[in-house]
Amino acid sequence: MSKSNFTRRGLLKTSAVAGAGLALPTYLRAAAHSGYTNAPSGSTVTIGFNVPQTGPYAEEGLDELRAQELAVAHLNGEGDGGMMNTFSSKALKGNGILGKKVTFVSGDTQTKSDAARAAAKSMIEKDGAIMINGGSSSGVAVAVQSLCQDAGVIFMAGLTHSNDTTGKDKKANGFRHFFNGYMSAQALAPVLKNAYGSDRRAYHLTADYTWGWTQQESIAAATEAIGWTTVENVLTPLASTDFSAYIAPVLNSGADVLVLNHYGGNMVNSLSNAIEFDLLSKQVNGKDFEIVVPLYSELMAAGAGDNVKGVIGSMNWNWQLTDEGSKAFTKSFGEVYGRPPSNSAHTCYVQTLLYADACERAGTFNPCGVVEALEGFEFDGLGNGPTLYRADDHQCFKDVLVMKGKQNPTSQYDTLEIVEVTPRAQVEYAPDHPMFAGGELGKCNPGA
Amino acid sequence: MDAIILQILNGLDKGSAYALIALGLTLIFGTLGVVNFAHGAIFMLGAFCAVTLSKILTLSYLTIDETQVDFLGNPLKVKTPYVEHWFGQDVGAALIDWAVPLAILFSIPVMIAIGVIMERGLIKHFYKRPHADQILVTFGLAIVLQEIVKYYFGANPIPTPAPDMFRGSFDFSTFLGFEPNSVIYPIWRLIYFAFSALIIGAVFAFLQFTTFGMVVRAGMADRETVGLLGINIDRKFTIMFGIAAAVAGLAGVMYAPINAPNYHMGMDFLVLSFVVVVVGGMGSLPGAVAAGFLLGILESFASTTWATTTIPGINQIIIYLVAIIILLTRPRGLMGKKGVMED
Repeated sequence: MSKSNFTRRGLLKTSAVAGAGLALPTYLRAAAHSGYTNAPSGSTVTIGFNVPQTGPYAEEGLDELRAQELAVAHLNGEGDGGMMNTFSSKALKGNGILGKKVTFVSGDTQTKSDAARAAAKSMIEKDGAIMINGGSSSGVAVAVQSLCQDAGVIFMAGLTHSNDTTGKDKKANGFRHFFNGYMSAQALAPVLKNAYGSDRRAYHLTADYTWGWTQQESIAAATEAIGWTTVENVLTPLASTDFSAYIAPVLNSGADVLVLNHYGGNMVNSLSNAIEFDLLSKQVNGKDFEIVVPLYSELMAAGAGDNVKGVIGSMNWNWQLTDEGSKAFTKSFGEVYGRPPSNSAHTCYVQTLLYADACERAGTFNPCGVVEALEGFEFDGLGNGPTLYRADDHQCFKDVLVMKGKQNPTSQYDTLEIVEVTPRAQVEYAPDHPMFAGGELGKCNPGA
Repeated sequence: MDAIILQILNGLDKGSAYALIALGLTLIFGTLGVVNFAHGAIFMLGAFCAVTLSKILTLSYLTIDETQVDFLGNPLKVKTPYVEHWFGQDVGAALIDWAVPLAILFSIPVMIAIGVIMERGLIKHFYKRPHADQILVTFGLAIVLQEIVKYYFGANPIPTPAPDMFRGSFDFSTFLGFEPNSVIYPIWRLIYFAFSALIIGAVFAFLQFTTFGMVVRAGMADRETVGLLGINIDRKFTIMFGIAAAVAGLAGVMYAPINAPNYHMGMDFLVLSFVVVVVGGMGSLPGAVAAGFLLGILESFASTTWATTTIPGINQIIIYLVAIIILLTRPRGLMGKKGVMED
């Protein structure tokens, strides 16, 4: 039998020392005083921009980063102020956020969920970022949103279009300004009916991940509602670069419309392959064959070159809009970078301003205060007309653009034209809509 | 039946790319014994030769058009290519239109030079090192080349179209007695297949019917004996590395109109090409070509709706599945020889 040296007094002493030791790091952090993660204690506040700086969406990410840097400059009172001059809320003064100068750190998502989470984690834990903004993929957005929820910081999503981001994967600490697959479909369906009629047979090629699935489900439902038939839906691997094997059977399928639920490099390649097969010059069922790209971006259109001519799709925003907010942002961005901003740049810029404005109105950086300030917030002057941040799912509701590849572009930036600005009412849906079912928003997490 | 013909055609053009890359890989492995993971990057550099020539031909000077405005409301700067200014609008436009075929001529010396520099500057130092070291260094080189291309050309795909007269598709239906539009295939892909067959034939003829080729084949069989005969076999092998680089480069040039070149395109082909080499048999040139076409066609059939509905995901694993089956039944690959990569 072994003899134990434990005594009640010894145990109490050890517990007290261990408890003090464990408490010390927390005590030294400002968060311990304020009750939320990474509370700013000095004269600056740090925000994190998590965008793809390498990998297939790097161009998209770099444009986002340009816009985010511009937003920081405007928040700190530098430059011409951009959309701060047209924003309906006048809480931002150009003196940082709550009087603290804004600094930023950036991470590289590589368009991979694990890399994006690691970059966000590093910015939160090592750099003290109080908010994460960015991303160019729904897979990344969903992963980083979940991380931010657990860490107790706000996530202001960049380009993410899957219904799931504010559907089954929604989180209280996450907010999406960008539109989604359902909204694209609702905006596109009437335009497609007018352009191509109601008796059409559609063949879908769909990227095999969360965004592709929800985009396809949305556009199939919307086009079936106007009388179209969905002939086939073929899932294509995200890593595909040559889609000829998927496109070759399209003409023999009896379909007269090809819907490309692809984005980025996938879309550039699948559209180019479809044009290579001369689909647009064919007649099927007595009708001209047509191609639809539900989600467009300027950078993708530039990548696809002449192939986008006449092809209809949708966008969240475009620099050709003539409202005062869009003009102000395009001017600011264009003068600094010599090019018009993309819609992913726009959404990241707007999200950064919206976060800063929410902090000012809430009078705190506490995520729960920010959530409260953003939920149900109605605003205007940021480029999409009157906009609502709905409290139920943290999705923005605003006008949606239907675009078409321009027949005679005058410059490399002039690839798309606005066909219609679809009013917000047409793309709204109930919070419990079946396509957004599942998941709980939960409660805000201040962390710390 | 029409669907089967379409998928065979489709497999042939994909198989052409695999075969050309695998042919180059096998040439390098067969001559120098190096497992070259930078070969995909060489294919990518070839595609960027087409992009570069296209950019050179579209180099422009600016004039101000006061009647139009840019996105900021300033007078529009209109670009006019120098070639149109120098040679007239028609000739200039034709040169720009024919950028990809012209890039074939442009790329041959460029790619041979890149291959020779690569071999003399880096790879020759790893001849006597283990294959793992060779893989690491060539893989690292591939990443460096990728990043250089990304730095200069950006990450987005760059559209590089075929000449106008080769765009569009050819309808085989009437020749084969099918309904119109049931067997159509892009003209450029048919040209790509014919071009690949020509290059493969030229490489085999070069090795088979020239003195240089005979020495190289002898060197591949017994390097030491050829060296003892007073032939500088290292120099000949360096030239073969350059030729292999040119073959991969030409494959890349001609592939540019099929998929808009981007800095990552080499990696997309690299792994599959290595599988092709292994299935064909390490060091076997006919094996590499045969396996390239075989796997291209199988991959094409596996991507049909019927195949993906019957076995979901089959399109993503078919090549690896076939590789496993072949290696289990024929461990040296389809046409592999005894002693290659065997202790």
